[in-house]
Amino acid sequence: MSGSKQEAAAAYWKENLQLMLWLLVIWFVVSFGCGVLFVDQLNAINFFGFPLGFWFAQQGSIYVFVIEIFFYVWKMNQLDRKYDLHEE
Amino acid sequence: MDTQTLIYLVVGATFALYIGIAIWTRAGSTSEYYVASKGVHPVLNGMATGADWMSAASFISMAGIIAFSGYDGSVYLMGWTGGYVLLAMCLAPYLRKFGKFTVPEFVGARYYSQTARVVAVICVIFISFTYVAGQMRGVGIVFSRYLEVDINTGVMIGMAIVFFYSVLGGMKGITYTQVAQYCVMIFAYMVPAIYISMMITGNPIPQLGFGSEVIGTGQSVIERLNGLGAELGFDAYTDGSKSTLDIFAITMALMVGTAGLPHVIVRFFTTPTVRDARKSAGYALLFIAILYTTAPAVAAFARTNLLTSVPNTAYADIPAWFKTWENAGLIAWMDKNDDGIVQYGPGTPFAGNPTYSGETGPAGQRLLSNAPAAGATELYVDRDIMVLANPEIAGLPGWVIALIAAGGLAAALSTAAGLLLVISTSISHDLLKSNIKPDISEKGELLAARISAGVAVVIAGLFGIYPPAFVAQVVAFAFGLAAASFFPVIVMGIFSKRMNKEGAIAGMVVGLTFTFTYIVYYKFIEPTAGANEWWFGISPEGIGTLGMIFNFIAAVVVSRITAQPPEEIQHLIEDIRVPRGAGAAIAH
Repeated sequence: MSGSKQEAAAAYWKENLQLMLWLLVIWFVVSFGCGVLFVDQLNAINFFGFPLGFWFAQQGSIYVFVIEIFFYVWKMNQLDRKYDLHEE
Repeated sequence: MDTQTLIYLVVGATFALYIGIAIWTRAGSTSEYYVASKGVHPVLNGMATGADWMSAASFISMAGIIAFSGYDGSVYLMGWTGGYVLLAMCLAPYLRKFGKFTVPEFVGARYYSQTARVVAVICVIFISFTYVAGQMRGVGIVFSRYLEVDINTGVMIGMAIVFFYSVLGGMKGITYTQVAQYCVMIFAYMVPAIYISMMITGNPIPQLGFGSEVIGTGQSVIERLNGLGAELGFDAYTDGSKSTLDIFAITMALMVGTAGLPHVIVRFFTTPTVRDARKSAGYALLFIAILYTTAPAVAAFARTNLLTSVPNTAYADIPAWFKTWENAGLIAWMDKNDDGIVQYGPGTPFAGNPTYSGETGPAGQRLLSNAPAAGATELYVDRDIMVLANPEIAGLPGWVIALIAAGGLAAALSTAAGLLLVISTSISHDLLKSNIKPDISEKGELLAARISAGVAVVIAGLFGIYPPAFVAQVVAFAFGLAAASFFPVIVMGIFSKRMNKEGAIAGMVVGLTFTFTYIVYYKFIEPTAGANEWWFGISPEGIGTLGMIFNFIAAVVVSRITAQPPEEIQHLIEDIRVPRGAGAAIAH
């Protein structure tokens, strides 16, 4: 790889890691945060007929997971093009 | 037409479909056999992954487990879906870019070590056989329940079908069969779920009905469950009985284990591009989520229905489905206080599974020869009934019951086939081709793959016919070991350039040994030990989390005190981190 290409790859990797880290934080918060660690506190809140913590544990976390992956796909496709590293 | 004829018709039609697909998509090269020539569209791959992933346990037992454990059941819901986020972001695209056939192949190349590859092969074979033993038993149980054959005959029919399409079609055959199986499965799951949701709440979408009011009560489904349960002395449905730390550890072990299971990872080797590998993880989770968000709703509806219609009802007035499933041995009543009324509460009514004495009692119930247990509860309910009895409870026609039979079989067969393929690939590609006979021709390798698939089917079938006493308890093994071995090694292989051969091997050995020892000790040597004896109160199901942490620590420490990985490995890592150059399908 030439110098500029290597720099592009390094910058691409850095942005990728940042995106991944944020998404992992959300992943952790909706499941382990809302669904496990703070479930009792959140259960005091009524959310469309559900105690909120229980809803996160049995429904909400799964919806967020699906959205997260599709967001990641969309964002990564942009990144691939931005650094000209996409597949031909 | 009676229900039994319908079942034969529907199940027969789906089998004909699977075999037709197998013949149509039979594999001609190793690339087709191992990874379907990397030509599978991401949506189809997502469906195949969903079918591969959702076993008979997900399809038949999961809703029941949740119905009886309430909030505690959430560990399976979050654990078996959250792993896909890790897969999509930390593993799938990079492994696809690496572009080979198997997980041990990646481990061997990244850690420039034949030893690492062999350790990985042993893990793959152990994890997959553990998992497949339970599946084959599941196939037998589903067959025996619906086709009125005994369990062993059921296992043999299942073996014959799986043998046919995995040996003939390899990954390509399995993938397209799994797509068909996913469709059968999800349709079979959703139809009764929608009906029962409408029946109880008037809302046709189960996920929304779950939060709605129960018709005619002014209470939401969950308030009603908590209320009805409390009257009978059960803990609130929305409260757990496990410690927070244990829930945390089990959920984590299942998530990480999912992301480390070889038969799941290998599915992402089959997409045409890196982009498609990412996308396909999204579709896989979407398709899995349809069932996994419906399951807790089904659990809540079925439990509400059970608690309203059965406890404190005279046996003479019991709903008709009770008697059907009493005949199947899934629900049983022992009138301990001789009042003719069914009492239901926490605890077990009698020791063991119901054994009928062949006589009927004064109320017409089937009498049991089990020894009664202390406590007032008189009702035995098998958790599988929560899904199996739904069509009758909702008053649905016979063809829906036939669909559930076909769906349960699709779920069990698709998972078994995926696992068997991984086993055969490991043997023919990672052991034979790479270690024992590197000069083998492609034809020879393909033949070896087919023979090992055949042998694996037979061994798995034997496990199904003569289940080792521990089969039911070893699911923890598969997930725990995958979490403690593959996940850390692959993730560090991609995200750390410093990680070397010594670190990876040390990590795998430490993680595996610890997890293995802990599970064996608390499952088989001291099975009566409870939360007080467990380390930090973590159950064997959740110990993979600790094993994974130990793996990471050991790997990092050892890699820091040993030599850097060679130059070409650094280039390999740089290369797998970017999508460009993944190339189109091999051998097209």
